[in-house]
Amino acid sequence: MYVAVKGGERAIENAHRLLAEDRRGDPAQSEIAPEQIRDQLKLAVDRVMTEGSLYDRDLAALALKQARGDQIEAIFLLRAYRTTLPRFGAAVPVETSRMALERRISATFKDLPGGQILGPTFDYTHRLLDHDLAEGHAPAAPAEGAPAPDDAPRVLDLLAQEGLIEEAADGDRPAREPGDITREPPSFPAERDVRLQTLARGDEGFLLALGYSTQRGYGRTHPFAGEIRLGTVAVEFEPEELGFPVEIGEIEMTECQMVNQFKGSAEQAPCFTRGYGVAFGHGERKAMAMALVDRSLRADAFGEERDSPAQDEEFVLSHCDNVQATGFVEHLKLPHYVDFQSELELLRRLRREHAEKTQPEAAE
Amino acid sequence: MSDATQSAAAIPARDPTYNFAYLDEQTKRMIRRALLKAVAVPGYQVPFAGREMPMPYGWGTGGVQVTASILTADDRLKVIDQGADDTTNAVSIRKFFQRTAGVAVTEKTAEASVIQTRHRIPEAPLADGQILVYQVPIPEPLRFLEPRETETRKMHAYQDYGLMHVKLYEDIARHGHIATTYAYPVKVEGRYVMDPSPTPKFDNPKMSDCPALQLFGAGREKRIYAIPPYTKVESLDFEDHPFTVQSWEQRCALCGAEDSFLDEVLTDDKGGRMFVCSDTDYCGDRRAQGFRGEAAEDAA
Repeated sequence: MYVAVKGGERAIENAHRLLAEDRRGDPAQSEIAPEQIRDQLKLAVDRVMTEGSLYDRDLAALALKQARGDQIEAIFLLRAYRTTLPRFGAAVPVETSRMALERRISATFKDLPGGQILGPTFDYTHRLLDHDLAEGHAPAAPAEGAPAPDDAPRVLDLLAQEGLIEEAADGDRPAREPGDITREPPSFPAERDVRLQTLARGDEGFLLALGYSTQRGYGRTHPFAGEIRLGTVAVEFEPEELGFPVEIGEIEMTECQMVNQFKGSAEQAPCFTRGYGVAFGHGERKAMAMALVDRSLRADAFGEERDSPAQDEEFVLSHCDNVQATGFVEHLKLPHYVDFQSELELLRRLRREHAEKTQPEAAE
Repeated sequence: MSDATQSAAAIPARDPTYNFAYLDEQTKRMIRRALLKAVAVPGYQVPFAGREMPMPYGWGTGGVQVTASILTADDRLKVIDQGADDTTNAVSIRKFFQRTAGVAVTEKTAEASVIQTRHRIPEAPLADGQILVYQVPIPEPLRFLEPRETETRKMHAYQDYGLMHVKLYEDIARHGHIATTYAYPVKVEGRYVMDPSPTPKFDNPKMSDCPALQLFGAGREKRIYAIPPYTKVESLDFEDHPFTVQSWEQRCALCGAEDSFLDEVLTDDKGGRMFVCSDTDYCGDRRAQGFRGEAAEDAA
């Protein structure tokens, strides 16, 4: 009878064996290979890399397989692995204006130096289930054209030349080493580098909802998608003993720069303001949402009233990490017998006292 | 009980894939510095750069990091959850350290040099040289009164604890009792108000003047705090409403104890229930000494 409160090692082991069997699914189907996930579920892999804060397609694909497609679980696996890796230092900031572009669009100018490049996008597809995909199929070869220019200036830099937008925050880029949220405990108010880092690994869904809320009047910022670009950039690192940067590889990334309503003061002519978003791989929704939230969080810098959730730094930064959030929400599955027993004891006492007070004879 | 006891007896080989106790030495050093500061300022929450661990936040990552940082190869580790060694998460954490540190483990409170716990303090008195590591979900005792860290840090700095007393007073006004039964706030050495982690208030008196070192780790919130040995820990109360602990009309159905925290176990769907010690080691110990509760026969 006492068996009910026993957890036990064997139960855990058996549960894990069952999980492995369930993960494999019907053995008559061929097993999915991480390489297939990596190449054919690219956007899932990209999100895991972004929020897992680790650029490694193969590991992210493996994590997705292990997690049975659960993105947050895969992100968690990648994070737990990442924490064991040694740290060499910070790369030189990547130069996105020299990105090898796959896609580049601006919603603010019809045409611009470097042009608009649609690239591989769901935009303008009709969301009709494509039953052809249920069978093996070979897509038509992509159209060919002139290669994308390798030097397309950023739209916001063009605006900045005219002074129409606030300076790109070299003031915001600290002279010190950039902060590292995986090596320093959070403190508030946060510097912008720390804030952007936190948002970059923040949950896409959470940031999407917050960004959306700013569009519906909770901290409105009047945004325009100044530019969204997707492509490959070189990562450079400057080893101390060398004294100059060397290229150590390249990564694919998505960058979004929002142009937001102007601010000005008696001393300063009005100009547009910036919101910045970035993601590993192809992550437009994430980059855009992040840019909206980044701009909202800069409320103080522009003397805006902070009365909406998306403007509240401590609220946003403390709750945007899905690995933390899922852990704490799901920890409610753990036994709480002792606390619950304490509450039971008090509740019974309160009810007894209540009964004695309201029905003295019934309490007998 | 057989599973856990058997694995406790044999010391398994350490998995060499990982550094001793999983964390790298740099990280351990960082955590030990935070621990030293925490011991120097009892009850003060020291921010530390908590790492991502291979178990979820909210499942003991703070306690695990503290344990990993203080563990030596000669230690004997006990892990409990809800007072029991055989609850699933305790089993999981114990296995983690067996695998990554290869340390000896035990279920005996008296034999352990390090005890990691969630939600309980063992019934058996702790001794000099022992370390009790608590897993803490929300380290800030003022959090549910003031959600902002920027504010609560100021309140601690100014020793501005009026809000807490108002909360306790409102409980009395509304219910006739202070309606906090676990994570009952304490004041450490007359200075910092501290969250004892979600232990039942039954355990609060054990924290005061305790010979063992008590360390608290909150992984998700990235805070460490401590109560050094023989430190005064008072549970907040009022002169006319003094602090009291839970009591039961029943005794433990297995060992007959009347001084331990009892868990209620439902035995059927007709209101049948029994009460048993939440501290499995304490209960087992008493039964080994010949004490018996009323349901002891069918449970043995």
